[in-house]
Amino acid sequence: MSENNIDRSLILEVEDLGIDFGGLTAVNNLSLKVYNNEIVGLIGPNGAGKTTVFNMLTKVYQPSRGTIRLCGQDTAKMTTVEVNKAGIARTFQNIRLFQNLSVIDNVKAGMHNKITYSPADSIFRTRKYYDQEKQIEEKAHELLKIMGLDSLAEISAGSLPYGGQRRLEIARAMATDPKLLLLDEPAAGMNPQETEELMDMIRFVRDHFHIAILLIEHDMKLVMGICERITVINFGMMLASGTPEEIQSNPAVIKAYLGE
Amino acid sequence: MAFLSYLINGLGLGSVYAIIALGYTMVYGIAKMLNFAHGDVIMVGAYVTYFALSLMKLPVLVSVLLAVVVSTLLGVTIERLAYKPLRQATSLSVLITAIGVSYFLQNGAQLLWGTSTKVFPSVISNGALALGGISISYLTLITVFVCLAVMGCLTLFINKTKTGKAMRACSEDKGAAALMGINVNQIISITFAIGSGLAAIAAFLLCATYPSVYPTLGSMPGIKAFTAAVFGGIGSIPGAFLGGLMLGIIEILAKAYISTQLSDAIVFAVLIIVLLIKPTGLLGRKLSEKV
Amino acid sequence: MMKNFFSKLFDQKLRSRTISYLLVIIAFIILQLMSSTGSLSSLLKSLLVPVCCYTVAAIGLNLNVGFSGELNLGQAGFMSVGAFTGICVSGMLASMITNPVLRLIIAIIAGALIAALMGYIIGIPVLKLQGDYLAIVTLAFGQIIKSIITNMYLGFDENGLHVSFVENKVTLASGGKMLLQGPMGATGTQRIASFAIGIILILCALTIVYNLIYSKSGRAIMGCRDNRIAAESIGINVANTKMLAFIISASLAGAAGALYGLNYSTLVPNKFDFNTSILILVFVVLGGLGNMTGTIISTTVLMLLPELLRSLQDYRMLIYAIVLIVIMLVTNNAFLQAKAAKLRESLIKGKKGAKLS
Repeated sequence: MSENNIDRSLILEVEDLGIDFGGLTAVNNLSLKVYNNEIVGLIGPNGAGKTTVFNMLTKVYQPSRGTIRLCGQDTAKMTTVEVNKAGIARTFQNIRLFQNLSVIDNVKAGMHNKITYSPADSIFRTRKYYDQEKQIEEKAHELLKIMGLDSLAEISAGSLPYGGQRRLEIARAMATDPKLLLLDEPAAGMNPQETEELMDMIRFVRDHFHIAILLIEHDMKLVMGICERITVINFGMMLASGTPEEIQSNPAVIKAYLGE
Repeated sequence: MAFLSYLINGLGLGSVYAIIALGYTMVYGIAKMLNFAHGDVIMVGAYVTYFALSLMKLPVLVSVLLAVVVSTLLGVTIERLAYKPLRQATSLSVLITAIGVSYFLQNGAQLLWGTSTKVFPSVISNGALALGGISISYLTLITVFVCLAVMGCLTLFINKTKTGKAMRACSEDKGAAALMGINVNQIISITFAIGSGLAAIAAFLLCATYPSVYPTLGSMPGIKAFTAAVFGGIGSIPGAFLGGLMLGIIEILAKAYISTQLSDAIVFAVLIIVLLIKPTGLLGRKLSEKV
Repeated sequence: MMKNFFSKLFDQKLRSRTISYLLVIIAFIILQLMSSTGSLSSLLKSLLVPVCCYTVAAIGLNLNVGFSGELNLGQAGFMSVGAFTGICVSGMLASMITNPVLRLIIAIIAGALIAALMGYIIGIPVLKLQGDYLAIVTLAFGQIIKSIITNMYLGFDENGLHVSFVENKVTLASGGKMLLQGPMGATGTQRIASFAIGIILILCALTIVYNLIYSKSGRAIMGCRDNRIAAESIGINVANTKMLAFIISASLAGAAGALYGLNYSTLVPNKFDFNTSILILVFVVLGGLGNMTGTIISTTVLMLLPELLRSLQDYRMLIYAIVLIVIMLVTNNAFLQAKAAKLRESLIKGKKGAKLS
């Protein structure tokens, strides 16, 4: 595919975003743009406010200032559920799976809003129920295959190994059919080989589903390896923004990471 | 004037609820369990006081003291035998066990002492203190005074003593408290001891107001006090005090002005409204989960 | 192709389902046989319908506590609503519908619907709360429902329904009938409940809960239980999901209540107090959260236990309490569990050793 054919429309536009907890300003004046088919990294030292940004994008926290636009639509009045319906899906730093559901049921739960049959349809087991369950069964297996979990589909999510749980979270988020995928430390706790595989998976997900990905990660090999652009924040403020090469040679970034 | 005397009666009843609620809330704060057998400890306390007063003809203070000792021992024993083995279990399992203990105490009392209602001797003079246009019975005065004294002692104990500090630490984080060298099991035992001792005091005040003793005596005050504890924010000691007093006042006012039969419904309706406005009770801490 | 799909869809889930259906049907056949040969004591016979009722209410509560993960201490309140609705509906229809089975079914449906409506009304405030606060509010609602029915006087005559509260101010035209009489509850009810309908009701309850659990709603219900924040992040509306479980649970209790109410000629509102709610909760927890077969067994055993212990007379409730505590300790304490496992192991080994020698 040539460069011109790829859809590069603006997916996420964040302007002057800020949030205060009590008197403490956790994030301030943050602006960010993510275009379609792009992988963007959000990095910064511990406590910089990266996860807080994700929580504001998904409305777990209500921002105190600024605007978030998803495909041009302001999300100010949306709830977490509505933001997801509008096209943002995420994973969590501290894994949040449905531990007691099977691996495949976790993915199927992600397709909740794609299913149109009612509780009455499920109680009376109508035709509609069987048709849609069959459809999502296939789609769920497809997603599990991409994330390398298909052989473990029937075991409970809680018994997956750590790396598998992180990948299942991505599969579940992808099941909601997002325009923008937020990954919160997807490689945390993985060994170098697992991280390598994960990088391929993230790239594949982007290329296959044509979505935008914004990720938080401390593993610089992953960040520099797959992100096309990187935004660095420190103390809740934007420190730098640019290509991996620009970021690596930026003196302010080096100072923030290594200290004086 | 009538309103004022209702208010004072409510304060009296509320003081009894507050003392029971303090026991509930302390146990909840530290052991994180709803001790549904708490009401039945009150019942045992009432029986002991009754026997001490009417059979052994002991003086009032000695009788109450005896009841406090018996209830305290009972509370600690229950904790050791029934709750301690379930430290790692789900809260629902502990709840069901507490219900089992409650059945056990009620039916045990029925076997030992029969189902018939025993009349609690009147030990506090029926006189009243005339204050302006209203009269306050000595019983109400004593009840309110005891409640204030209990609350005062408890606050001092929790805030000033080493054990009190250890209790607060345990209610924040048992694991961290244990790492700091606090004997968590001992602290839980002490909490149960204090809660059960308070239950015996409440039993005496309750029976002095409503002078009948029977095996299911503790059920309703238990539920009411639990409600009071939640009302004030379960786990919070000032909350239990405030919740108890308010519950008593609401109950008496509802009986006086609306309907005796519907007073319970009104009390619970008020609870629901309060929780809708403040989902963790009047003085409860906000629950929040880190994402 | 279709067959393959079916087997795939239910595979591991089918087993627990089949077991519970079979259990109910076999129990029914055995009890019917015993009943027809007269080998069933009158006491046991009188317990058949109540056991069915409590089983249905417990299955409903298990959806709420086990699958939805919310402690509900007011299930008896919904049973009460269903019971008195059922009694009133049956009383009003007595002259119009003479077929008792049809009337019973209509009464059960009415009980379920009104209880579901109550569940919805109560659910709006209740489901905003979390954990123990939610539990106390369900307890409070149970008490309020009991209080209201205890103070409700309802009569029925050619002009329709007449209601008054606290005092009986209902005056009826000749031929009218009092349906509810405050603390006395309902008297002179025609006893139209039957064991067979009870069994069918259990099977219906099982089907409803199983079908719901293995569907979009079930995944959402369990998802919200396992992780509320994650459920919201994938677009599941937590309040609506919890509400669905709450309403279905309430309506099953309502249906159970209607059957229960129509099994006795008199029923007092005090029957459905806090202790009854707790009793149903005990059935659910001992049967296992989310385990339907377990719920059926524990309800049956725990309801029969006090009767079986009748020879011990005064001690029976005491023993019941001890059994309850011991079961909770044994099933939840790691040390005791290890002891039990060791005991089992040594028994098996002993047997094997005996075989070898």
